[in-house]
Amino acid sequence: MTVTAQPAVGKEAPPGATAPVPRRRTGRVRRGALPYLLLLPALLLELLVHLVPMVIGIVMSFKELTQFYIRDWGAAPWAAFDNYSVSVDFDAPIGKALLHSFFVTCAFTVLSVGLCWLIGTTAAVYMQENFRGRGFLRAVFLVPYALPVYAAVITWAFMFQRDNGLVNHVLHDQLGLTDSPSFWLIGDNSFVALLVVSVWKGWPFAFLIVMAGLQNIPKELYEAASIDGAGMLQQLRRITLPSLRPVNQVLVLVLFLWTFNDFNTPFVLFGRAAPDAADLISIHIYQSSFVTWNFGAGSAMSVLLLLFLLVVTGVYLVLTSRGRRAADV
Amino acid sequence: MSSTPTTARRSPMAAPRSFVWSRRIFLTLLTGFVLLPVYVMLSSSLKPLQDVSGEFRWLPSGLTIRPYIDIWSTVPLAKYFVNSLIVAGAATVLSVVIAIFAAYGVSRYRFRGKRLFTVTVLSTQMFPGILFLLPLFLIYVNIGNSTGIALFGSRLGLILTYLTFSLPFSIWMLIGYFESVPRDLDEAAMVDGCGPLGALFRVVVPAAVPGIVAVAVYAFMTAWGEVLFASVMTNDTTRTLAVGLQGYATQNDVYWNQVMAASLVVSVPVVAGFLLLQRYLVAGLTAGAVK
Repeated sequence: MTVTAQPAVGKEAPPGATAPVPRRRTGRVRRGALPYLLLLPALLLELLVHLVPMVIGIVMSFKELTQFYIRDWGAAPWAAFDNYSVSVDFDAPIGKALLHSFFVTCAFTVLSVGLCWLIGTTAAVYMQENFRGRGFLRAVFLVPYALPVYAAVITWAFMFQRDNGLVNHVLHDQLGLTDSPSFWLIGDNSFVALLVVSVWKGWPFAFLIVMAGLQNIPKELYEAASIDGAGMLQQLRRITLPSLRPVNQVLVLVLFLWTFNDFNTPFVLFGRAAPDAADLISIHIYQSSFVTWNFGAGSAMSVLLLLFLLVVTGVYLVLTSRGRRAADV
Repeated sequence: MSSTPTTARRSPMAAPRSFVWSRRIFLTLLTGFVLLPVYVMLSSSLKPLQDVSGEFRWLPSGLTIRPYIDIWSTVPLAKYFVNSLIVAGAATVLSVVIAIFAAYGVSRYRFRGKRLFTVTVLSTQMFPGILFLLPLFLIYVNIGNSTGIALFGSRLGLILTYLTFSLPFSIWMLIGYFESVPRDLDEAAMVDGCGPLGALFRVVVPAAVPGIVAVAVYAFMTAWGEVLFASVMTNDTTRTLAVGLQGYATQNDVYWNQVMAASLVVSVPVVAGFLLLQRYLVAGLTAGAVK
């Protein structure tokens, strides 16, 4: 029955089920309360670390919160929508910089998510069938995902050094593609550097998820298709990709949110001050808050960012779910 | 040679040569891209300082293990290491236990507010960390002032923060996993006299070990690699590796060979653990998250 459909699970289950267990009557909880008790620890922690701070953050965004009030932020004067109007006044320096950072983040996110998905899916599809060395390659491919962010990114920072880095050594000294060694971590090139590191670090997650998704596609589908004379490309288009749709819906959303909010990569790669061309929104807000000590404006920008993410996520889910339902019909 | 009989057996159509070649080229290039930084890390960590200060060299002029000795004295790396182990270890254990309870509640009971709970918990994943960094800092300071429980600057504060980072994904993955454990099994256990918690720990948890291991690996990696909160919420005694590693780079002269050696040393526990347990992670994802 169901057990045979889930071999990984069924294998280990029966001993516990059949072993005689002494009857215990103590500590019984009424059914009605039990689920709530089970959820309570998770709920309390989420409240403490995520939800309450978020509400406070929203309140702070309406306050004039500078370093003078940081000890007792409740005493900071109300600023109404001042922080917001400063943030979205795109003619003034602060708003202009925020808008610039927003566009940089959008471009970066689209490119990074697109490349991560493409490379991850291609690798997973190529490795769907067994071949010699497949298990080894799979382990190798997961290394960037497993490495701690700071260790990996600091290595890339070394590789992108102007005078003693590998990238310039190859491009300039060995291939002679550039007239002089270029700067990678400042100036316009920093966008490329950030993108390379982000894709290097991000694609294995796509690979992992797509690979797991591929294992759920019944083999009979491919057998039936090839009996009907479908080639490999057709199988890819008619079976593999459509079957991956629900997986991709979640995968792309998660990749989008992680990449858009990414702080660790630019922070380790560039340090506190990211170059203009790679000024991702998280770093930008961090700087606006901690470097200029204007927490009110920083909070307002964070709230705007959250609203943007909520809208994008909502629209995305509605659009992709509708497409999915239509495809099912 | 790649299209061995095993391939032919799995899919009735043997893979065409062009497919095998394109696969070889693609996977070779990708392997190079993936391993390049690993090679740089490993080779540079064995180089003398002049090799990493001057023009990049593919091969060291001479091998030395000095960087591996010096890293411990240039910055108090051992202390950071212990801090990271305590923080990541505790966050992992707590996160897994709490996620098991929550996932069991969601997968086995019908109750009011169930949907609200799952949606709320999952949606915290999309919050930008920067939004609650400062408020959380204020909350921790205030809790410290009013109750005397030091959360800001302490390991406890970091542990609580990190465990909530992995909690949503862990709960989500375990719900999927628990639902694939047949309900008959824990109902049978309850008929035999187990309470609901007995059924959870004697039946459901043993059946979901791969999913739980996967969640634990994920939680540990999340805590071990976090930078933003570690950089704001730690002090000299509680500093973790994420911040401590930048100690080599803020000196006037960057000791790149030591940076690489230290990076390698702090990566080994997670990468080794991950590669050993990756089978579970894939199995866990297949059964749980990917539905």
